Amino acid sequence: MRWNQPPLAFVASARLAVFSASLVPLALLVHKGLGDALGANPIEKITRTTGWWTLFFLAVTLAVTPARKLAGWPWLGRLRRMLGLFAFFYGLLHFLTYFVLDQFFDWMSIGKDILKRPYITIGFTAFVLLIPLAATSTDGMIRRLGGKGWRRLHKLVYVIAGAGVLHFAWLVKKDITEPLIFGFAVAALLGWRAVDACSNAARPTPNPTAPLARKRRQASPPGS
Amino acid sequence: MLIKKASDIRPSEITPSEVFRDRRRWLQLAAGASALALLPRGLAAAEKFADLNPGAYRIDEKPTPYESVTTYNNFYEFGTDKEDPAKRAGSLRTRPWAVVVDGAVGKPRTFAIEEILKMAPLEERIYRLRCVEAWSMVVPWVGFSLAELLKRVEPTGRAKFVEFTTLLDPTQMPGQRGTVLDWPYREGLRIDEAMHPLTLLTVGLYGEVLPNQNGAPIRIVVPWKYGFKSAKSIVRIRLTETQPETTWNLAGPKEYGFYSNVNPDVDHPRWSQAKERRIGEFFKRPTLPFNGYAEQVAQLYAGMDLQRYF
Repeated sequence: MRWNQPPLAFVASARLAVFSASLVPLALLVHKGLGDALGANPIEKITRTTGWWTLFFLAVTLAVTPARKLAGWPWLGRLRRMLGLFAFFYGLLHFLTYFVLDQFFDWMSIGKDILKRPYITIGFTAFVLLIPLAATSTDGMIRRLGGKGWRRLHKLVYVIAGAGVLHFAWLVKKDITEPLIFGFAVAALLGWRAVDACSNAARPTPNPTAPLARKRRQASPPGS
Repeated sequence: MLIKKASDIRPSEITPSEVFRDRRRWLQLAAGASALALLPRGLAAAEKFADLNPGAYRIDEKPTPYESVTTYNNFYEFGTDKEDPAKRAGSLRTRPWAVVVDGAVGKPRTFAIEEILKMAPLEERIYRLRCVEAWSMVVPWVGFSLAELLKRVEPTGRAKFVEFTTLLDPTQMPGQRGTVLDWPYREGLRIDEAMHPLTLLTVGLYGEVLPNQNGAPIRIVVPWKYGFKSAKSIVRIRLTETQPETTWNLAGPKEYGFYSNVNPDVDHPRWSQAKERRIGEFFKRPTLPFNGYAEQVAQLYAGMDLQRYF
């Protein structure tokens, strides 16, 4: 099999495998919850777990483009939308856990938290920013926004990932090992983009193909 | 597989209950014996105290289940996850154990743990425990007032504060190999706080010898302060003239004050202290000033600005 251009059936099964694997953290959480195995403070455990996986999927989503380009496997790009939507999915679970289980619709207390506690302010902001990205993930929305507009909007994910890491770092009491690991990962992935953009800018692009490429790209979310 | 119907089984085939009960007893005994062999000599963990006085300080609230009290712990010497201490504190050797009591005292002394256990009648006291992370428990502790011990070393007029130091030994406490806190763990109280009858020198919980993960073999419990003020696995108690440095205060001076009295009106800079989640309950409950012990301890702070001395 040619890894840079595998058969369509292979890509389809890869997508199915990634989809199933992405549901495993949720399945484990539900399984533990039903088996009363979430420890003494289940709400805290659910909050921490869903938050951790949100950051994980954000990092993995950001890793798709570098991996695709470095390996020269364009088909990896076809996993990106799903991974990004899983980041939103776990982020939504994380938010709902806070909203329903932790605060139980206590609007006053939630409002105060968002205004007064920097880690909640930034975490809530990151979640709100994820909403338009999830909403514009359909083919129809991509067409309506156009490739360029869509790309510009989805650059927000860089801000969201950074905000997510800060949210994690600001809430831990003292041991910032895990936030640091996520921080380094996100910094490396964004750093790669900066370097890549600079080297592309330095390289003169052959003019005639550019408009063609842009046209082709409008159909599907292009890598940036 | 062939499954016999009840009518197929002759009574003579059935193992008499005395036989299988006896077999089970033997297996249990063998398992118990091998578990005991692994424990240090002296008092084995989970050993029950023979006679406990029901102490005067027993709040009328449902104690948090033993399972939660012994598996959800902040004890960074064994790791920063709540489950770490229960998993990793087996490496702590609680015998032999001695506590040095010195500083501004007339009779500095080193007490062997056996001596401390016989020093005063052991009481069972049911206290609220409020963590600075906004969760809480109710724990039936075993011990006696710290004052009993302090009286024996005759504090001098210069003794204004008391400093508690936890064991420093990274071979027994794997968390100390990292630098998350400035080891050894140190905590401190003002002398009047330390002498207050509520301040409990603690050797057990739920009528048993203190499990390692809860600060064995000896710790203090100061129920009106956030949990981190109650130092665990203590090897030294020093009476001092000046306010001692304390570990969490060094780690975050704006977040963890020397006093750290439970106070719903003074938020942690990063989260609210107005409410708490009692472990095992769904709805949060309001946090009480001095963790519900205002009647006993509020006068210690009369005239003090508690926003400033948080």
